[in-house]
Amino acid sequence: MGETFRGGLSRRSLLASGAAAAGLGVIGTGSLGIRPAFAAMDWKRHAGTTLEVNLIKGPRGDLLHRSAAEFTALTGIKVSSEVIPEQQQRQKIVIELTSGRPSFDVVHLSYHVQKRQFDKAGWLADLSGFMKDPNLTESSLKEADFSSAGLQYAKAPTPKTPNGEMRSLPMSVDYFILYWNKELFQKKNVAYPETFDDMMRAAETLTDPKAGTYGFVGRGLRNANMALWGAFFLAYGGRFLDDKGNLLIDGPEAVEATKLYQRLLTKTAPPGVVGFNWMESMAAFTQGRAAMWLDGVGWAPPLEDPNASRVVGKVGYAVVPKGPKDHAAATYGDGIGVAAASPKKEAGYLYCQWAVSKVMGARLLQAGGGVPFRDSILSDAEVQQGVKMPREWLDSVIGSAKISKLGLPVVVPVAEFRDIVGSAVTATLSGADPAAELKKAAEQYRPILERSEKA
Amino acid sequence: MARAGLASPADDLSSADEAAPVSRWRPPGYWPFVVPALVVVVGVIVFPWAFTLWMSLHEWKVGAAPAFVGLSNYARLPTDPRFLDAVWQTLAYTALSVVLPLILGTVAACVFHAKFPLRGFLRGVFILPMMATPVAIALVWTMMFHPQLGVLNYLLSLVGIPAQLWVFHPATVIPSLVLVETWQWTPLVMLIVLGGLAALPTEPYESAQIDGASIWQMFRHITLPLVAPFLFVAAMIRMIDAVKSFDIIFAITQGGPGTASETINIYLYSVAFAYYDVGYGSAIAVVFFLLIIALAAALLVVRKRTQGAVP
Repeated sequence: MGETFRGGLSRRSLLASGAAAAGLGVIGTGSLGIRPAFAAMDWKRHAGTTLEVNLIKGPRGDLLHRSAAEFTALTGIKVSSEVIPEQQQRQKIVIELTSGRPSFDVVHLSYHVQKRQFDKAGWLADLSGFMKDPNLTESSLKEADFSSAGLQYAKAPTPKTPNGEMRSLPMSVDYFILYWNKELFQKKNVAYPETFDDMMRAAETLTDPKAGTYGFVGRGLRNANMALWGAFFLAYGGRFLDDKGNLLIDGPEAVEATKLYQRLLTKTAPPGVVGFNWMESMAAFTQGRAAMWLDGVGWAPPLEDPNASRVVGKVGYAVVPKGPKDHAAATYGDGIGVAAASPKKEAGYLYCQWAVSKVMGARLLQAGGGVPFRDSILSDAEVQQGVKMPREWLDSVIGSAKISKLGLPVVVPVAEFRDIVGSAVTATLSGADPAAELKKAAEQYRPILERSEKA
Repeated sequence: MARAGLASPADDLSSADEAAPVSRWRPPGYWPFVVPALVVVVGVIVFPWAFTLWMSLHEWKVGAAPAFVGLSNYARLPTDPRFLDAVWQTLAYTALSVVLPLILGTVAACVFHAKFPLRGFLRGVFILPMMATPVAIALVWTMMFHPQLGVLNYLLSLVGIPAQLWVFHPATVIPSLVLVETWQWTPLVMLIVLGGLAALPTEPYESAQIDGASIWQMFRHITLPLVAPFLFVAAMIRMIDAVKSFDIIFAITQGGPGTASETINIYLYSVAFAYYDVGYGSAIAVVFFLLIIALAAALLVVRKRTQGAVP
């Protein structure tokens, strides 16, 4: 990890998606003019099978759950899907997969938390062979169509396959982007910040506690704050691990990133931000109390909903500003795979393929509920036309794809990392010294990481 | 042939019967009624406990094979700062969550014991919080606590009190959570104490009035000693409930800010179900269980001593 992913389009992927769009097997209703493109492969080869699918509650999982009848119409495969809130779903699937007899065939996973754990345990079936089989795979579905971040998440290197096997299909990517309140900026005649230094200055200028408005808001709550801190850490050129897997979270990059985090959240954020997760941050932003909010790309729909937001039409969407050392969009994401223990691997693979198809990806993007990992969907003019969110939002998505970097280390004990380093970062909001807190956190986390790698 | 040298078991038995009649053991007739309960108790209490003890002696990460480590999980506990903080936070949270509802519930019971118009209706209104789902309550209180948008700070501003940070500051998070707990569970204490008040004899009060006792004196020297057994029941229920409280804390703060409201239960949940370290998590569960036993025993001792002190 640590390399920049260029999410540009390849000519081949454009041609492939065009061919698929013109293909056979058109089903159901396309959203906003997108014609479903399911070409001439035999989708019905497992008709009559029933699949158990375990999904994460949220726009992605809900969309798949809602649209299951369309998959059944396309394939003849019946789907019984279970949709569970994120935290509980993560626990449930790990416990079930550990048992060796999971109750599901297909599983939705959070890459940024579970990738390494799943790879080490070998819980997912290798899909590489299926992807090469033209009888099982649409011609438009190629590895190269997924962004580099998606492939890094989905591929698991093995001794026999150093380039990695496809253990899942990348479904939806979440970039951290900057939401900014144009009205507050205009009132104080502040220009949009191009760099992190500008962002700090703008936040200070826009902070007016007497008026109840603050320059910046973001996650301060332990664990949740790691996603925001990760964006700062990357901007300072930080890497979570060196090439040998050693922890690098108490170096100068981490200290500088934490100092910026500390300054922004103590000088320019609403009081109590130390306990804010995305929900409280969004509440402050939608009520016009915060001028800038750095968070995941999926919050545009509530910001543009007149029933939930006072800043409709006033929100600017932008790629995260340039950092002192790097210009990087912290990236998180989720994918979908087939349990290695499932006896219905081919049928499960058909479901995964459908879940990352153009039709489903377009629906997700157009509703603003998520961003597909597939370049051919993101860059499709027809898909783009149907996006209900402001054009700036889409541009921020496309721009973020070009500077994408993973926002969390790819390790097994991610939850411990988020808790331990998150606690240290939170402590700095009460005045603790960033360097001392990070050193303490690194000392606490290092043996946990070593134990987990040895296991 | 053989019979000449060896006595058969049947012979032994018959001779023994003749020598000293011993009643044969027969399964008692009530066994069919006891066995199902026994199976359930072993299945849902004894086995999980034995298994938890067994797990606590192993280093066991979900997904990996367990390795026996003896008592080293227990040895980790005194050196784990998060666990030690969690113990103190649990005790503080429990103490406040027992004392405040007890005081307010007793006052409320005295008020509702008196006769006044609409008493029945108001009693019904008063116990409504107890019937609500804790997680739903927690979500509503989360918004009420919001420093900028919450209704609590708005109400404070009406009387000139500056805005507070409530659950969004390490120093105020536990008292704020206790506020929710108190709001929800004061009605339970009120109901228990009200039951006690209804059962009190009237003669001591009449005598005290004749002797010129004030209302406070009657409350202090008659009501309080007589309802003390009810208060202990309420305290015991509240203590057990508060010490294992999870839903409200998890839904409002998830143990934050930082780890300022992380109780043993919340920490145990993280260790076992977020870090998947079931061995260490089991050791915490065992110690937590012992702590609950110790607290309950302490309360019983206090009760016995207080009962002895009552004239």
